[in-house]
Amino acid sequence: MDTNNVIVAKHITKIYGKGEAAFDALEDINLSITAGESVAVIGKSGSGKSTLMHLLALLDKPTKGTVLINNKDATTMKGTELDELRNKSYGFVFQQFFLNANDTVLNNVILPLKIARVGRKERNQRGMNALESVELTNKAKDKAGNLSGGQKQRVCIARALINNPSIIFADEPTGNLDSHTGKTVEDLLFKLNKEKNITLIIVTHDPDIAKRCDRQIHIQDGKISKWSNV
Amino acid sequence: MNFRDLVQSASSSMFRSKARTLLTIIAILIGAMTITLTNGIGTGIKSYLNKQLGNLGATNVLTINLTNKNSSGPKSSNSPPAKYNPNHKTALIGGRGPGKKQLLMTNKDLSTIKAIPNITSAVAVHTLSPDYIMSSNGNKYQLTLMQQFGSTTAGMLSGNGVNNNNPNNQITVPSTYPASLGYNSNSIIGKTVEIGITDALGQQKTVNATVTGVQQKNLIGNATAFANTALGNQLYALQSKGLPTSIANEFTTIEATFPSNFTAKQITALQNQLTKKGYTGQTVKNQENTIFTAINVIIIVFDMFGVIALLAASFGIVNTLLMSVQERTKEIGLMKALGMSPRRIFALFSIEAMLIGFLGSVIGVIFAAIIGKIINTIGAHTFVKNFPGLSLLTFPVSTILIVIIGIMFIAFLAGTLPAIRASKKDPIEALRYE
Ligand SMILES: Nc1ncnc2c1ncn2[C@@H]1O[C@H](COP(=O)(O)OP(=O)(O)O)[C@@H](O)[C@H]1O
Ligand SMILES: [Mg+2]
Repeated sequence: MDTNNVIVAKHITKIYGKGEAAFDALEDINLSITAGESVAVIGKSGSGKSTLMHLLALLDKPTKGTVLINNKDATTMKGTELDELRNKSYGFVFQQFFLNANDTVLNNVILPLKIARVGRKERNQRGMNALESVELTNKAKDKAGNLSGGQKQRVCIARALINNPSIIFADEPTGNLDSHTGKTVEDLLFKLNKEKNITLIIVTHDPDIAKRCDRQIHIQDGKISKWSNV
Repeated sequence: MNFRDLVQSASSSMFRSKARTLLTIIAILIGAMTITLTNGIGTGIKSYLNKQLGNLGATNVLTINLTNKNSSGPKSSNSPPAKYNPNHKTALIGGRGPGKKQLLMTNKDLSTIKAIPNITSAVAVHTLSPDYIMSSNGNKYQLTLMQQFGSTTAGMLSGNGVNNNNPNNQITVPSTYPASLGYNSNSIIGKTVEIGITDALGQQKTVNATVTGVQQKNLIGNATAFANTALGNQLYALQSKGLPTSIANEFTTIEATFPSNFTAKQITALQNQLTKKGYTGQTVKNQENTIFTAINVIIIVFDMFGVIALLAASFGIVNTLLMSVQERTKEIGLMKALGMSPRRIFALFSIEAMLIGFLGSVIGVIFAAIIGKIINTIGAHTFVKNFPGLSLLTFPVSTILIVIIGIMFIAFLAGTLPAIRASKKDPIEALRYE
């Protein structure tokens, strides 16, 4: 086994519901992702991309199979251990941003550090640094609700990288953006991947983004239909 | 999140929907205010009575009566009338309402009580009926006079209480008397007054007594003057002259003293001894407790109104927080995805509940204090004018703290249901967008 594998999925299956209503969202998925890699998850709507990402990001547990994180079985980890892992090692970017519109940009960015109980001074400092890397320091004190879509997604990226994560999970990060602002967000993510060696797992519909990734996982009806590297 | 962040997050969430929070806070406020006010009145009256009863007499005195098994009188009770006992005569006592039959005692009872260990002295209480009091200016005034028992220096405006060991006649007078008698409260001390009294044959006699002190105005004993043993005995001897000895030597009450360093336990033991012999002995403290129990019952009844308001407020808290949890579903999901533990999510909403409780109770207590201040100020000039020293409403810090902490606890309990619901939210469900 390659010790560089940050994530390994073995025969994972996800079934929603029970009995008659049971629905196999994922069936027998096997994959491994190495550190520093960029991987695109592509497929039709409803094919199971988000479900796969949630399982890999430890937001959900597979019905069958195991997920190894740094060669450790995540399915046997306790809740607190999983919380800690997501808080310290993962960054998340969602299509719908999930920012607190009433709070300031800075406060939104430092939320993971607040949860980790990092001191006030340090987290504000690190928040400003994170905002600097997405070029939004001048908006730090603004209400998050007042930003444009592209700016919001950049705030989300700042929030995702504030804890120096080893992996960033992005679920259709440009899905709600026009092509121009989408490009800025896209460039930002790949810059982090290249410069900080952060593993990138992007669920996307955008063929351009998919092409820029080292590998692409094609999902069809809950199964991996093929792998490709461009 | 550390505690400060939790409080900050909870309070900003609380103020996000101001109208909803405000309504809940008002309900809590009414409850907190009611409870604080009723307890304030209770405390005020109790501390006032405490002072007054302290003025009434020494604490080492027992007021002793013969125990009457059916003392409530025929009208006020459904029980059959008590059997006539030729050994005990009765007298009808008490002012308003159905009279209370009180068994009469004789010198035999007095010796029995004197023989009880730890009773240092015992005296029969005779009702004194003097006609008038007169000073050197020649004006005569009506007088209610009682014999003083035990030793007391409390409640004197000037001078001292009478001395029962002094063979000379001594008297203390209420604060309204010196001016009428042609003195002021200081100059009357040491002066001689004349007391007129009529015997059973209709002949008026006079007795002289020295004024040793002027009593402070108080709630209960304001109009009564006090005589020492020498004066009391002399007056009773005069007033009962011509009466058959059997009647002259009958009385309803004995006042007995015990060592003033007695503990509550020792006093109870002494009272039990009296009970065994068929007597009822009450201290000032006992009488005070009877009154306090009655006051407490009234306070509890009023507190119920406050409790009902708080009950309604609790449902307000549950409702407010359930809506808050619903509205913040995505935020909760995000925080959980970012690694916040369910326990902290629970804490976040519990703190929000307690903050609502805190705000409501603090504002309620402040309102109560303001209302109390206004009532006290108005009262001092009007309806409690004649009760100097009566602060109708008193708010001890301990009561206020108990009200605030109690309400915060109730709010916490009300918040548990929404808080548990929040802590159990599935981040995936919360973050799903469709
Ligand atoms: N909680 C759920 N209960 C039942 N079915 C679900 C649930 N979540 C997702 N699904 C179904 O699983 C399939 C995959 O969903 P998803 O992973 O969100 O697809 P994608 O992200 O590729 O659009 C869809 O058909 C969806 O309706
Ligand atoms: Mg999806």
